[in-house]
Amino acid sequence: MNHDAETGNRARTGGDHLPSSPLSIDDMTVAYHRKPVLWDVDLDIPEGQLIGMIGPNGAGKSTVIKAALDLVPKISGRVRFFGKPYARQRRLVAYVPQRESIDWDFPVSALDVAVMGCYGRIGWFRPVTRKDREVAREALDRVGMADYAHRQISQLSGGQQQRVFLARALAQEARMYIMDEPLAGVDAATERVIVGLLRDLREAGRTVLAVHHDLQTVREYFDQVIMLNMRVVAAGPTADVFTKENLDKTYGGRLTLLDEAAQAMAMNGRE
Amino acid sequence: MAELFEVLLVPMQYPFMVRGLLASLLVGLVCGVVGCFVVLRGMAFFGDAMSHSILPGIALGYLIGGGARGPLFGWAMVTAIVVAISIGAVSKTGRLKEDTSIGIIFAGMFALGVALISLGRSYSLDLVHFLFGDVLGVSWMDLGLTAFFGVLVVLILLLFYKEFLVVSFDETLARTLRLPSTALYYALLILIAVTIVASIQTVGVALMLAMLITPPATAYLLVRRLPAMMALSALLGACSGVAGLYLSYYAGIASGAAIVLVCTGLFMLVLLFTSIRRLRRHDAR
Repeated sequence: MNHDAETGNRARTGGDHLPSSPLSIDDMTVAYHRKPVLWDVDLDIPEGQLIGMIGPNGAGKSTVIKAALDLVPKISGRVRFFGKPYARQRRLVAYVPQRESIDWDFPVSALDVAVMGCYGRIGWFRPVTRKDREVAREALDRVGMADYAHRQISQLSGGQQQRVFLARALAQEARMYIMDEPLAGVDAATERVIVGLLRDLREAGRTVLAVHHDLQTVREYFDQVIMLNMRVVAAGPTADVFTKENLDKTYGGRLTLLDEAAQAMAMNGRE
Repeated sequence: MAELFEVLLVPMQYPFMVRGLLASLLVGLVCGVVGCFVVLRGMAFFGDAMSHSILPGIALGYLIGGGARGPLFGWAMVTAIVVAISIGAVSKTGRLKEDTSIGIIFAGMFALGVALISLGRSYSLDLVHFLFGDVLGVSWMDLGLTAFFGVLVVLILLLFYKEFLVVSFDETLARTLRLPSTALYYALLILIAVTIVASIQTVGVALMLAMLITPPATAYLLVRRLPAMMALSALLGACSGVAGLYLSYYAGIASGAAIVLVCTGLFMLVLLFTSIRRLRRHDAR
């Protein structure tokens, strides 16, 4: 029985369906100014699930994402998206950065921002077509922002701005969505819209990796959870991994084993 | 009505005024478009440094050419591109703060330019022309070069509009889309450099900055989308150029200064107008 199920599975994952994990990271280490911020990160993210990444401030949550997307340099490690390096798979991956990283006074409308999601497909020298605008408008509609398409982004509330950036990611029509704190500082209405959207994406077989800050809602929102504090403390199905013991290891007692190691190294460096 | 026509037409009987008017119009237009990116990316200081740093190039060409104005355009262009790339490199990798590094290059190059010009015979007159512009001395050749490079710069900006928009608005997205953001940054610096060279004879190195930032800043206060901002800024720049030249003719003031004063006046008016409108809206709530 088991064997049959396995071969059946393999048959399904063959053909036009990529067999590899949406994101797999091996032995990734990242440092800023020679100070290590991430050690030996190993992750294998399953397809079609909602994955939350949690950890205290400075745990390196954003850094995992940025290093995986080649936005910050890695000291070592190998990252594969659907089996290949990011450079060759960028169209399959959409990234929603933290809201603070954007110049909100820039003279662009919500629709302009959503259309930018199509730029990767449009390519050089070609103008934005009516079809691209339709895709963008549809994406705005999915996050409940269609009525605000022509507003300049500075005239939107924080939650609305976040939704516009999600719309831009939707317009990229990717297979994996990576979001840095999509629910940070948003209003309740926006939170409902975004969580609904994440579930729709899962229904459609997409994979979502989101940095999350609110421990109260982890069980409700995410199928899998990654607990991070400079290294991966635990990762797996939320029901198995999101335990008090692991939370203590991730957040509790400032001096974890790893901190001690890092401090010892820093001391050695000074001598 | 007839009087207005006369006011507008009288200066046109002088061919140098016709050339000057066309030059001011073109410069206002091109600077208005390119300047939008200078304003939105916060590169005003860079623009000022760029235009001042061209001076030694112009001065060198002037000394070697024995005072001939013809070859100056080429000298200015080469200097501008070299300066653009060096300032770009310094500001990306320097050990000092970006504005400090740019300031050092800017002041040093400017001093070198003044020193070189002081070796020439008609020191003060030439210096004034280079610093504040000599739009009435524009030849048909100069006008042709200004038109050619101005149109080229605007065409390139329009051709790569999407890409320049993304790198200016959200560099992270540009990088995840695998756009060559560093190359686009340098391309923008070079486009600004070429714009400055094409405009230098009209307003001069010291007043150049105003053409690059005042009309775009005025437009920014009035409209909410980049294409509209670029169009309005070009229109404001061109109108200021033309109006400034008439002002210079009738009031007998230096042409570069007159053009910049018109730009600044328009900005002040719009600032006042939009501030009052804001206050009113605030009260209405």
